[in-house]
Amino acid sequence: MSVGTSLTHDSAELHVTGAARYIDDIPTPNGTLHLAFGLSQVAHADITSMNLDDVRNADGVVAVYCADDFDHVPDCSPAPVPDEPLLCTGTVHFLGQPVFLVVATSHLAARKAARLGQITYAEKPAILSYEDALAANARFEDGPRIYTKGDPAAVIESAPHVIHGQIDMGGQEHFYLEGQAALVTPLEGGDMLVNSSTQHPTEIQHKVAHALHLPMHAVRVETRRMGGGFGGKESQGNWLAIACAIAARDTGQPCKMRYDRDDDMMVTGKRHDFRISYTVGFDDTGKIAGVDFIQMTRCGWSIDLSIPVADRAMLHADNAYHLEHARIESHRLRTNTQSATAYRGFGGPQGILGIERVIDHIAATLKLDPADVRRTNYYADMGTEPKTGQTTPYGMPVTDAILHAMTDRHLADADYTARRVQIADWNAKNPILKKGIGLSTVKFGISFTLTHLNQAGALVHVYQDGSIQLNHGGTEMGQGLFQKVAQVAASEFGVSMNAIKITATDTAKVPNTSATAASSGADLNGMAVKAACSTIRDRMSLFLQDYFGADTVSFQDNMVTVGTHSLSFPEAVKLAYENRISLSSTGFYKTPKVKWDRIKGQGRPFYYFAYGIALTEVVLDTLTGENRILRSDILHDAGASLNPSLDIGQIEGGYVQGVGWLTTEELVWDAKGRLRTHAPSTYKIPTASDAPDVFNVKLWDAPNPEKSIYRSKAVGEPPFNLGISALLALSDAASACGPNYPALNAPATPEELLRAIGRARA
Amino acid sequence: MKRMGGAKSKSTQGSSDFYAHFLTKRTIYKHFFKDNALLIGAQTRFLLKRNAFSAASDVFRDKRKRQVKDMEITFRLNGALVKTEQNATSTLLDYLRETQRLTGTKEGCNEGDCGACTVMIEDEQGPRALNACILLMPQIHGKSITTVEGLAPKGALHPVQNAMITEHGSQCGFCTPGIVMSLATAHAAGDTNIEDALAGNLCRCTGYAPILRAAQKAASESPVAKVPFEPMDEPALIERPETINELAALYALRPNATLIAGATDVGLWVTKQLRSLEDVIFLNGVRDLKGITETADSFVIGAMTPIADLGPLFAQSCPSLAEMFRRFSSKQVRSAATLGGNIANGSPIGDSPPPLIALGATITLRKGEDSRTVLLEDFFVEYGKQDRTPSEFVTQITVPKAGLNDLRVYKLSKRFDQDISAVCGAFNITVTDAKVSAACIAFGGMAGTPKRATHVEQVLIGQPWTEVTIDAALPAFDQDYEPMTDMRASAEYRQTTAKNMLKRVFADSKGHTVSVLDVRGESS
Repeated sequence: MSVGTSLTHDSAELHVTGAARYIDDIPTPNGTLHLAFGLSQVAHADITSMNLDDVRNADGVVAVYCADDFDHVPDCSPAPVPDEPLLCTGTVHFLGQPVFLVVATSHLAARKAARLGQITYAEKPAILSYEDALAANARFEDGPRIYTKGDPAAVIESAPHVIHGQIDMGGQEHFYLEGQAALVTPLEGGDMLVNSSTQHPTEIQHKVAHALHLPMHAVRVETRRMGGGFGGKESQGNWLAIACAIAARDTGQPCKMRYDRDDDMMVTGKRHDFRISYTVGFDDTGKIAGVDFIQMTRCGWSIDLSIPVADRAMLHADNAYHLEHARIESHRLRTNTQSATAYRGFGGPQGILGIERVIDHIAATLKLDPADVRRTNYYADMGTEPKTGQTTPYGMPVTDAILHAMTDRHLADADYTARRVQIADWNAKNPILKKGIGLSTVKFGISFTLTHLNQAGALVHVYQDGSIQLNHGGTEMGQGLFQKVAQVAASEFGVSMNAIKITATDTAKVPNTSATAASSGADLNGMAVKAACSTIRDRMSLFLQDYFGADTVSFQDNMVTVGTHSLSFPEAVKLAYENRISLSSTGFYKTPKVKWDRIKGQGRPFYYFAYGIALTEVVLDTLTGENRILRSDILHDAGASLNPSLDIGQIEGGYVQGVGWLTTEELVWDAKGRLRTHAPSTYKIPTASDAPDVFNVKLWDAPNPEKSIYRSKAVGEPPFNLGISALLALSDAASACGPNYPALNAPATPEELLRAIGRARA
Repeated sequence: MKRMGGAKSKSTQGSSDFYAHFLTKRTIYKHFFKDNALLIGAQTRFLLKRNAFSAASDVFRDKRKRQVKDMEITFRLNGALVKTEQNATSTLLDYLRETQRLTGTKEGCNEGDCGACTVMIEDEQGPRALNACILLMPQIHGKSITTVEGLAPKGALHPVQNAMITEHGSQCGFCTPGIVMSLATAHAAGDTNIEDALAGNLCRCTGYAPILRAAQKAASESPVAKVPFEPMDEPALIERPETINELAALYALRPNATLIAGATDVGLWVTKQLRSLEDVIFLNGVRDLKGITETADSFVIGAMTPIADLGPLFAQSCPSLAEMFRRFSSKQVRSAATLGGNIANGSPIGDSPPPLIALGATITLRKGEDSRTVLLEDFFVEYGKQDRTPSEFVTQITVPKAGLNDLRVYKLSKRFDQDISAVCGAFNITVTDAKVSAACIAFGGMAGTPKRATHVEQVLIGQPWTEVTIDAALPAFDQDYEPMTDMRASAEYRQTTAKNMLKRVFADSKGHTVSVLDVRGESS
């Protein structure tokens, strides 16, 4: 059976030969036009005048649009509230906001013309910081959202130890290697074909249809693959697709738009930065009595996906730790910056970092091994203790906890105790460089918190020659979703992988799909495909039983065995076809058991949890703050893995991306609200030499207790959180410099580390 | 005298050579004269020099008026000879993708930082990986280009491609062609430092682990048999002189021309600032600007010597300088960028000036027939201003060997590889009989120019080499520097780490491990 085997990514050969097509690689007809936005140069202002004559007169320009050209300026927001006009309607809300749109004969001509707009602004005070936003009460939703469990104030008051602290954590640019891109081809009768680099084809379809005042059936969206998404293509592609569709409608020509990298970084949203302050009461063993978190996040100028992101940060404020008394207060602040958006983990990592920091701070305060403080606070493992009473701060029982067992195995495998001693010895001998070691865990909730999104559709065709075409609503952004789902289909029919054709995601084949997000791709689409395959297989089985007068049918090794008769799969298909059996089926899946009230913060938002544990060792230069990761050991729970190699790929990649978020990746806005780090020259994601010298990744590989697809678990987002162990390791190394808790913020750039060393010594 | 390249010693160039030289070579000049029916060949050396020069000048002026912007570029692309008319500032990436429809080479950043556009370029010097996005078409004149589509015969795979598949080295696949080209170039060149070969290739999906495994696996496979580079009889181009003398003559006539060396900076004027460069002179054909000559007491480095050649040059004599030149930028950028370009550019954060100033290097500038040599330190006048007059260009850099043993260079940035320095410090401190007998210290990133720490030097000189002396010298940094705050670092951090670098020099001299790059992780 192909499920559970480490087959390579379906596009691997196309990738390495350069033959894999992305949006900008699709051959286009002569006459294809190219688009670029003219961007605002101030963060908050009323536009007082706009002279676009030079833009219109520039070489190659075919058309120029500004907001005045529309009766209703098309909206680009993924939220129910239409707060993202395609082009600025009088007031500028962030520096980089699209103000006008150029349509030209080439990409370069459009980019050049887009720089020629003459716009004057009456500037207004820009709300940039947490303080600015709180002072102005600039926020989304009426006030802070608050979840409470038990009586945290009282237990903190009476706890033997109480500490207060705060951690700032920066945002993160997605830096998908392929920038945002869309190509729209006008079809007959006003219909549109949209090729978009998007995680959410249905959303593109919906927004384009709305912008063109068309029913959704008139817009078809196709996505074969993205050159990376990471959440950055969940909603941010709307702008390009809508702009191209309007220009395609008006010119009758195919229209393409791709952002130059700097524009991409200036225009699109990033991970939400957070400031989390905490008050925690605990006993001498480090057991938490109660904790009070205040989470603040800068959402940027529009609502986008900020509400569910902030919700998920609250839902992960406990991480793997059982909090009997907890209060979580969440402020969703409106600022004149890019609209922060979905990014791998979707608020979860920020919430998790809050509590991991608390645990670390408790251990430092009590001078205990942080691993022991973690164990003291873990949710009880399944089977080791009664599960009643072990509920999350939002009232969901945790019935699948496994971290005690994972920790036992992992710390032994990684030689934790001995290495702590070796590191202390090393530090005693080295005055300039200090080593540190950090442990962190993840318990990540799997399901869309907007419950109705937990559904998926599939369409499977078996052709009369026995070849199988596979369609589903999930999108491929590199994670190997298509390969995993194809393995499910191959397993269901008992055929080899080469019988399966993986096709582009297409809203004309499978409608009303959810974004490929929330790590849900394989869980949802795998199940939908399995359902479609089962339907066809059952039809074939019934027919074949009847035809051969046999009771049993099995599909395996490319053969169909009916009683004592044995046919090749193509023979069986041909026979079914000739006997007028339908060989095409849709499939549908909705996640069971999930239901919750997001306002009260009560219920079961998640179908299950995925777990992991990481140990990272670093070395830090106390003179400059420079540092390296020496070794990382990860044990991660992917359930019964659909494809172990692809899952390990997600873990390695997620971990390094998480490390990048917390170390070198620094977003810097200046006092005028201009993002100063808008290209890889200034924004530094990890390179090959930043990967750990020793990098051990293992799968826990126990089946999911819930009935997920082949008992596997989602693996896209959870391992991202394990990068937190690197931040804690750096904090540990800084702690070797002095008696105080270094209270390290993220990103822990060399500069921030030098400040933390100063705090440790102070 | 050990000849390491084609650099011609300045002193042998008399004025009588000057005109004769440029008029007798297979150059654009010949073509001009032919074009203009002047038919001046080897016999022109007998003409009156001044007249010849002015005749040539007239031709240039005349030609420039009529000059079409496009240049006829000749090169080999995946084995096939190509001749194409191209604008001087069109990039190889756009040409590959838009004209040739070879879309395997990707645009990830359009500024040479992500490597998705990496291609293999070969000439007589062998194969190099370069960023196609900031490679201007005239730079590939006479060279052989291999893109991911041409790496292996149709239907076959290069060992690197095979290993990338079996080791799961691609996820989204967008960076993959660039990664494959970097690894294939390293494979061809026998380069085993894979992390360095990949420093200019960003991957956002894999965390690099499977790519490094793939590279290891491929390294064990025998190199791919390939056709050696074949020179092509490419025609000379007006804007691409082939000797220093030609360059001097051309630049004298076109003082406003933009000189383009490796285009690692000018390329961004084109791709990011969208500037149209009307008047350009490409330097990469100037043979006698390249190469390194070693004398008894110095290295004489031609201005067009790529940065890539400098790390190996100093690997034995000054490992910290070699490491700085490795970390200067990615392999793709180091192979394009030149020492002369890095200096003439005048950036306060260019990494080569601080150590060269600390070593007391000089640079030689040429204008028309005249040459002069100045201390590198004096070349940098103020931010954006160098001691360079119109039509004057840098021909060579002379680096004294004397300080190499003592020199320590520290580059500080947010990320180790392919990152611009926040601070780059160079310390040439000589300790004799336990006392500081000489000190020359220079920094980048601390002022509007690369600048010496003269006050710090004065406090150190004559004092015993002790921690007390180091501590006593630290306040002098505040007299020498008032750094700025930007997205790379705050003023405070710059000032603190500049001081700490002096402490590092001392700790280094006492045998302590002072760089995290020297500590490697171990399996238990």
